[in-house]
Amino acid sequence: MDALQTLENVLQSLVAGLQMGAMYGLMCVGLTIIFGVMRVINFAQGEFMMLGMYFTYFCFSWLGAYAFLDGVWFPFVLALLAGPALFLLGMILHRLLIHTVTGRKASQLEAGGHYAQLVLTLGIALVLQNGGLFIFGSTPVSVSNELSYSAWEWGPMVGDRVSVFVNQAQTISAILALAVVIGFGLLMGKTRLGKSLRAASDNPDAATYMGINVDRAHRIAFGLGIGITAIGGGLMATNASFQPYIGTEYVIIMYAGVVLGGLGSVRGAFLGGMIIGILQQVSAIILPNQLQNTVIFVCFLAIILLRPQGIFGQRDRVA
Amino acid sequence: MSGGTRDLIHIGLFAVVYMVLAFLVSNSYYQLIMTIVPVWAVMGLSWNLFSGYSGLISFGHAAFFGLGAYLVALCMIVWELNPWITIPLATVACGAAGLLVGLPTFRLRGHYFALAMLAYPLALLYIFEWLGYQEVALPRKEEAPVLYMQFESQVPYIALALLLLVIALVVTSRLIHCRFGMSLLAIKLDEDAAEAVGINTLAWKLSAIMISAALAGAAGGFYAVVLLVVTPLAVFGMLVSAQALIFAMFGGVGTLWGPVLGAFILVPLSEILYARYAADFPGIQGVIYGIAIIAVILFAPQGIFWKLQVLLKPGRSLVLGATASGMNDRADVGLLKVDAVPEAGVILEAAGLSKAFGGLQATNNLGFQVKTGELLGIIGPNGAGKTTLFNLLNGFIRPDSGSITFRGNAIVGKKPNRICAMGMARTFQVARPFTQLSVLDNVIVGAYVHSRGNDEAALHASAAIKLVGLERQCDLPAVNLTNKELRLMELARALASKPYLVLVDEILAGLDPDAMKEMLVVLRKVQDLGITVVIIEHSMQAMVQLVDRFIVLDHGALLTEGEPDSIVRDPQVIEAYLGKKWLADSGHEQTGVADDN
Repeated sequence: MDALQTLENVLQSLVAGLQMGAMYGLMCVGLTIIFGVMRVINFAQGEFMMLGMYFTYFCFSWLGAYAFLDGVWFPFVLALLAGPALFLLGMILHRLLIHTVTGRKASQLEAGGHYAQLVLTLGIALVLQNGGLFIFGSTPVSVSNELSYSAWEWGPMVGDRVSVFVNQAQTISAILALAVVIGFGLLMGKTRLGKSLRAASDNPDAATYMGINVDRAHRIAFGLGIGITAIGGGLMATNASFQPYIGTEYVIIMYAGVVLGGLGSVRGAFLGGMIIGILQQVSAIILPNQLQNTVIFVCFLAIILLRPQGIFGQRDRVA
Repeated sequence: MSGGTRDLIHIGLFAVVYMVLAFLVSNSYYQLIMTIVPVWAVMGLSWNLFSGYSGLISFGHAAFFGLGAYLVALCMIVWELNPWITIPLATVACGAAGLLVGLPTFRLRGHYFALAMLAYPLALLYIFEWLGYQEVALPRKEEAPVLYMQFESQVPYIALALLLLVIALVVTSRLIHCRFGMSLLAIKLDEDAAEAVGINTLAWKLSAIMISAALAGAAGGFYAVVLLVVTPLAVFGMLVSAQALIFAMFGGVGTLWGPVLGAFILVPLSEILYARYAADFPGIQGVIYGIAIIAVILFAPQGIFWKLQVLLKPGRSLVLGATASGMNDRADVGLLKVDAVPEAGVILEAAGLSKAFGGLQATNNLGFQVKTGELLGIIGPNGAGKTTLFNLLNGFIRPDSGSITFRGNAIVGKKPNRICAMGMARTFQVARPFTQLSVLDNVIVGAYVHSRGNDEAALHASAAIKLVGLERQCDLPAVNLTNKELRLMELARALASKPYLVLVDEILAGLDPDAMKEMLVVLRKVQDLGITVVIIEHSMQAMVQLVDRFIVLDHGALLTEGEPDSIVRDPQVIEAYLGKKWLADSGHEQTGVADDN
C-alpha cells in the first residue's frame, strides 16, 4: 500500500513538474535570448515576468466582465498578449536606458560594461518591484477560473489503486509555453530577422560592416526576451497567486535553468527550466515546503561551481 | 604626510563632528536615523573593500549581514550571551563564512561569480524560515541593560554605531594603501597579468572576502541589537545586498569615503521620505535606491566621489589607489643584479613538452635548454607555438605531457605566481598594463613578490624604472603611455620582481628603427645584470644583432637551434619562413633570411 502511495506521489509530482517546467522553460528562454544576443545578464527579468502576470490580471479584471469575453480561454489569450505588450516596453527601455551600457557603448566601460549592466538592471528591478507595490498593492492576486480547479483523472491504474490528477489550466499553459518556444525557434532559424539577430550576436563588429543594424538587433532581442518571459508569467498567473515581489523568487529559477542549459542556448534554457521544474516538484515529496527553493539554490550553486558551461555546453546557442 | 596619516586625521575629525551632532539632535526619530546610517556605511565599506577593490561583484553580502544578526539574536535567547561578546564573535564567524564562500566561488569570474553570490543569502533565507525563525525578538534584559546593550537614551547607540564605522574606516584605510589594496586593484584591472607578476590572486581574494564578511557580520550583529527584531527577509533579503552595493557604487567604488558618502546621502533621504509617504507609497525606499543607482550608472558611472574630484580638480587624470610612494632616488640599478650567479649551466630545461588545443597541436614534443646568463632568441613563423610555449613555461597553461625544470625544480602544475616567485618573470605579446595605476605603482605591484614592505618595493621598482629609463613618466597613469613606453614599463614590472630569468614576448613589435635600437640597449643592460633573457620575436633582423643563440620553432616542434650565423643560412629555417619554392628558385642558401622576415 505504501509503495503504491509513493508511486502515486512520484507520478503526480512528475506531471506537475513537467507542467511547471514548461512554463519555467519559457521564462528561461526569454532570459537566455537577452544573454545570447546582447551578452547582458538582465537582473530585472523576474520583474518583467511579474509585469506579464499583472498585465494578464488587470486585462482580465477590466475586460472579463463583457459577456463575449468570459470564456475559460480568455486568460490564456491575455497571457499570450502580454508578450507583444512587454515587447514594446522592452524596446522602449532599451532605447532609454539599456543601450547606454550595452552593445558598442559597453566596450568603453570598465570590464566590458558587465558591472554597469548588472547594476543598471538591478536598479530597474528595484524600481519595478517597489513601484509595483505602490500601483498593484501587496495583496496576492491570481487569474484563476474553473479550469484552475479542474483536473483530468489519469487512471485508475495498477489494480485501480493509483490515480494521477492532471490540472487542466496547467496543462493548457504548458502546451502554450511549448508552442511559443517552438514558434520562437522557427523565428530564429528561418526568418531574416532571426538571421540578423544571430549575426549580431556572433560578431557585432562584422555584422555592422555587413550592414546589420546591431543596435536595432539588440533592441529587438531585449524586447523579445522580455516579451517571452512575460508570456511565461501570464501563463503562470492562471494557476498561481502572486504579488509585486514575486520576481526575485523566479529570477533565481530562471538563472538556474539558463545556467544549467548553458548560457545563451535556447534549447538548453528550455530543458534547463524543465529540469528545474521537475526537481522542484519531486523534491517536495521528501522535503518540507520552505526548502523547495533551497533545493533550487543548492542545485544552482552545484551547477555553476562544477560545470559553469552548463550540461549542454555552448553549442547550439543563439549566440 | 602619508596617505594613511591623513586618513586617520580625517576619520578623527569626522567622529568628533558626528558625536557633537548626536548630542545636539533631540528628536528620537532623527537619532534612530543617526544610528542606522553608520551601520549601512559599514556595509558599504565592507562591500567596497571586497568588490570595489577586487572587481568581483558580490550580490551576496546579505549572507554575512544576516548570519551576524541571527548569531547575536540567537545567542542572547539561547545562552543569554551579551552582545559585547557576540558581536566580536559574529565578526570572527562571518570571516570564517567568507572563507567558506570564497573557496569554491573564486573558481568563477565575471557574470558567473556575481550570480553564484546571489544564491547564498537566498538559500539561507529559506533555511532560516524553515528552522522556524520567521521573527526573532531579542528579550528585554531589565536587570542588566548596559550588559545587553539596551540603553534608555539613543546616544550610546549612536556612539557604538560610530565606533563600528570608525573601526571599518581605519581597517580600510590601513589596507588600501599597501600591498593588500594594490594587489586587489591589480586583480581588478587584469587578473592574469597580476598572477604573472607574482601576486597570489587566490590568497588576496580570500583575505579580502574574509575581512569584508567580518565587517558585514559586525554590522549585522549590531543591527539586531538596535532593531531588537530579526526576520529572514530583513537581514538576508535581496535589498540588504543591494543596499551595500548601491551605497558603494553611488558614493564611489575603490575609495575610502565613497561608501560613507553614499550611505550618508541615501539612507536619511529614503528614511525621511518613507516616514512621510509610507502610508500612500509603501515601496518608496526601494524606488529611491533603484533610481539612485540608475542615475549613477547614467551620469556618474564612477560614483559621485570621483565626480566631485573631477569637478574640484579639473585636468587631473584619474589614477586609482596609489601607494603614494615617489621615485626613490637612492635606488641603484645594481639592486636588480642576480645575487648569487649559480654555477654556469642550465637554468631552464624543457623536455617532451606537448600541448594540444582541440585538434591543433600547438606544442609538439618540444625539448630545449636555456643556459644561465645567455640571451636566447626563440623564432619561428606565425603559429609556430611561441607564445604558447611562454604560457606553458610561466604556468598559464598546463602541458598535456612533458616536464619543465627551472633552477633545479620541476615547475609543471605550479601556479604562475609561484613560478614568478621562483624567479621567472614575463612580459606579454599585447602589453597588459594595470591601466589606471601610475607607472610607478604598476612596477611596485611587480616588485611585491620579493619585497618585505611598501618601501622596499618602491626601492626595487625605482631601480627597474631607472634601468628602462622611464623616470619622467613614472607618475602618469599607464593608460596614457605610448607603445614603446608601455613595453618598457612591462619590462620594468617584470624586472622589479628580481628575476633570474625573464621571458620577453615580441617586445620589438611595432617599434620604429630608433625605438628598436633603444630597446636593444635596454635588453643588453638586463643581460649585463646576470639575468637570463629569453626573447620571442617574429623578425630575425634585429634579433641577429642581439642574441647569443637561436631556437627555431615550426608547427610547435623544435626545427633547429644554434648560433645566429648558422641559423640564417640553415635551409630548414629558410624553408620554414619562405617556403620550398623560394629555396629552390634562389638556388643557393647564402641569401640570409635576415633581410626578410
